[in-house]
Amino acid sequence: MTEKFQIVNTGSALDGAAAVPSTPRGIKHRGGAPNPSAIALAERFSGAVLNSEVVWGETTVLVDSAHVLAIMQWLHDDPSERYEYLSDVTAVEHRDYESPIEVVWHIRSLAFRRFLRIKVALEKGAPLEVPSVWSIWKGADWLERECYDMFGIRFVGHPDLRRILMWEQYKEGFPLRKDFPLRGRFSRSEQLSQALAQNPEAKYSMEELTIADAFEDLPADMRKRLDAGERTGE
Amino acid sequence: MATGNRTIEVELSTTGLDAQGRPQRIPLVTGGNARDLDLLPAVTLEPELEGDHMLINIGPQHPATHGVLRLVLELDGETVVRCIPHIGYLHCGFEKIGEYRQYNQIIPWTDREDYLNSVGNNVAFALGAERLFGIEITERCEVLRVIAAELSRIISHLVWVGTTCVDMGAFTPFLWSFQERERVYDLLEAWVGARLTTSATRVGGMAADVPTGWVDGLRQFIRNFPHTIDEVDRMLTRNGVWVGRTVGLGVMAPDEAINWGLSGPMARASGVAYDVRKDFPYLGYENYDFDVPVGTNGDVYDRYLVRMEEMRQSTRILQQAVDRLPNGPVNIDDARIILPPKSKATSEMESMIHHFKQVMEGPRPPVGEAYVAVESPKGEKGYYMVSDGTSKPARWRIRPPSFVNLSAIPKMVEGHLLSDVIAINASIDIVMGEIDR
Repeated sequence: MTEKFQIVNTGSALDGAAAVPSTPRGIKHRGGAPNPSAIALAERFSGAVLNSEVVWGETTVLVDSAHVLAIMQWLHDDPSERYEYLSDVTAVEHRDYESPIEVVWHIRSLAFRRFLRIKVALEKGAPLEVPSVWSIWKGADWLERECYDMFGIRFVGHPDLRRILMWEQYKEGFPLRKDFPLRGRFSRSEQLSQALAQNPEAKYSMEELTIADAFEDLPADMRKRLDAGERTGE
Repeated sequence: MATGNRTIEVELSTTGLDAQGRPQRIPLVTGGNARDLDLLPAVTLEPELEGDHMLINIGPQHPATHGVLRLVLELDGETVVRCIPHIGYLHCGFEKIGEYRQYNQIIPWTDREDYLNSVGNNVAFALGAERLFGIEITERCEVLRVIAAELSRIISHLVWVGTTCVDMGAFTPFLWSFQERERVYDLLEAWVGARLTTSATRVGGMAADVPTGWVDGLRQFIRNFPHTIDEVDRMLTRNGVWVGRTVGLGVMAPDEAINWGLSGPMARASGVAYDVRKDFPYLGYENYDFDVPVGTNGDVYDRYLVRMEEMRQSTRILQQAVDRLPNGPVNIDDARIILPPKSKATSEMESMIHHFKQVMEGPRPPVGEAYVAVESPKGEKGYYMVSDGTSKPARWRIRPPSFVNLSAIPKMVEGHLLSDVIAINASIDIVMGEIDR
């Protein structure tokens, strides 16, 4: 039998009245007490923190994308912050075309029972790139892949940034971008003809075909097509 | 040769009891071991295929993948060397569609995403939208939503227990748990008229108050349900086959579980006492007396124990909620958000205007954003909504717990046997509707 784990208790860094959380009531639209981490961030990374606001009781810190990795690392490691849990990585594109695309991280400090939203604004026109936080939280792996898949934001430093929900050969673009029509970019007939042209045999990626020399076992014509760069499966 | 010299001891519930009254422990001798003991005749071993690995594909249409999950496995003999998951076969673009719908129109989509927990999703979405609108719901609505969320947790865990048993070759607990699930669905049907796709909540209230006598039906369920749990418990918890197929599989240490973003029973089985209901309460959960079960081994067996105990705790919460269910209105008193009664809408001018404005334009929250997380049966389910002041969200994001939990599957299965992949995959409790959305 394996050795038993020590139980990690949440709120372990708190004591007294703060240790008993309760349902938030009467939350104001704007204003209210900010998360203490936001104040600490503004002091420590004064040049990189662009804005900090409290909306509906949740603190949002807008930071500079060049420093986001250092900020996240500090939030994760510092004993007075301990943001060890990454809830979500996502992006927001506003309907106003001029406003930048925002990458949003929702992080939690289980020991202090804090919740913080970190944002980075990416101007349109420039390449959509932010540092990956995969090196800090392994949970960012799929979340960043999904964000790349849906918005086309490249997470620099992600070990395996490829599409996750759409298939690898998906050519229509990034579905959650506002310039992507609800019904898809291609016409129904184009989508249908593409689907019919798929080769149902080639359902492995080239990486997977390296296993057990599976590539060598394929029929000769398929090998030739794959060599020529044709990809039909994921 | 004596490399595979291992003895497995399991408790077989079918054998007799020892002097202490506990199931007799029988050492099972593995094949390699048996040869050492000269129990088996010398056999010609298969030639050693050094480094020659096999590529095997599971799914997407495979009953043990609980939907349309596809796993590409690299095997060395029967041991998994590498696991490459593929998802997206059920991708529907819920988040995109949500940007074209008013808030109340999104609620039917939340039914269909984690379809084993539809009422719980309705509650979570309504909470998120209400944060965005700045609405405080009524006391009765709050308690009704707790009842809905806990019933939903029970049915989701019942499906989990049932289908996992089928994956491991046990059929009887599946029938028991699905029978009990039917009783919950009967209650939901009596409440909102639908069983699976409930759409039970509205922004600012519920679709309907519970009908007369419904609470008595719920009380009866609360009385009878623990017996079913006990039966499943007796059938599985000390069952030799069940224990042998679940103990020590897919272990995640607490720090790994946190780092990989695991939540819900997955995190708690690994010894991380993170429960959104306790740590970031909503719906007044701090006023209910319930415990959070936490495992210490982080394996499939502990996940099973955690889920079984959670069903018991949910029953406790239900009992308290039924006892304190206050009288009063279910919906808030705001004509801009809650539809007027049909009779008034057709007879009073003002009500008709409100009805028209709400249906045609929809209520408009102020500019802002909110991330509201609830403890769904799978873990931390979050709805992140961004409003630009119009009646439709500029962005509606679902934080799917089973998506993040599933992302750790390569780490959990690598090094285990192919047959254990099924057990580990089942233990994550995935719902592909939620993962692909």
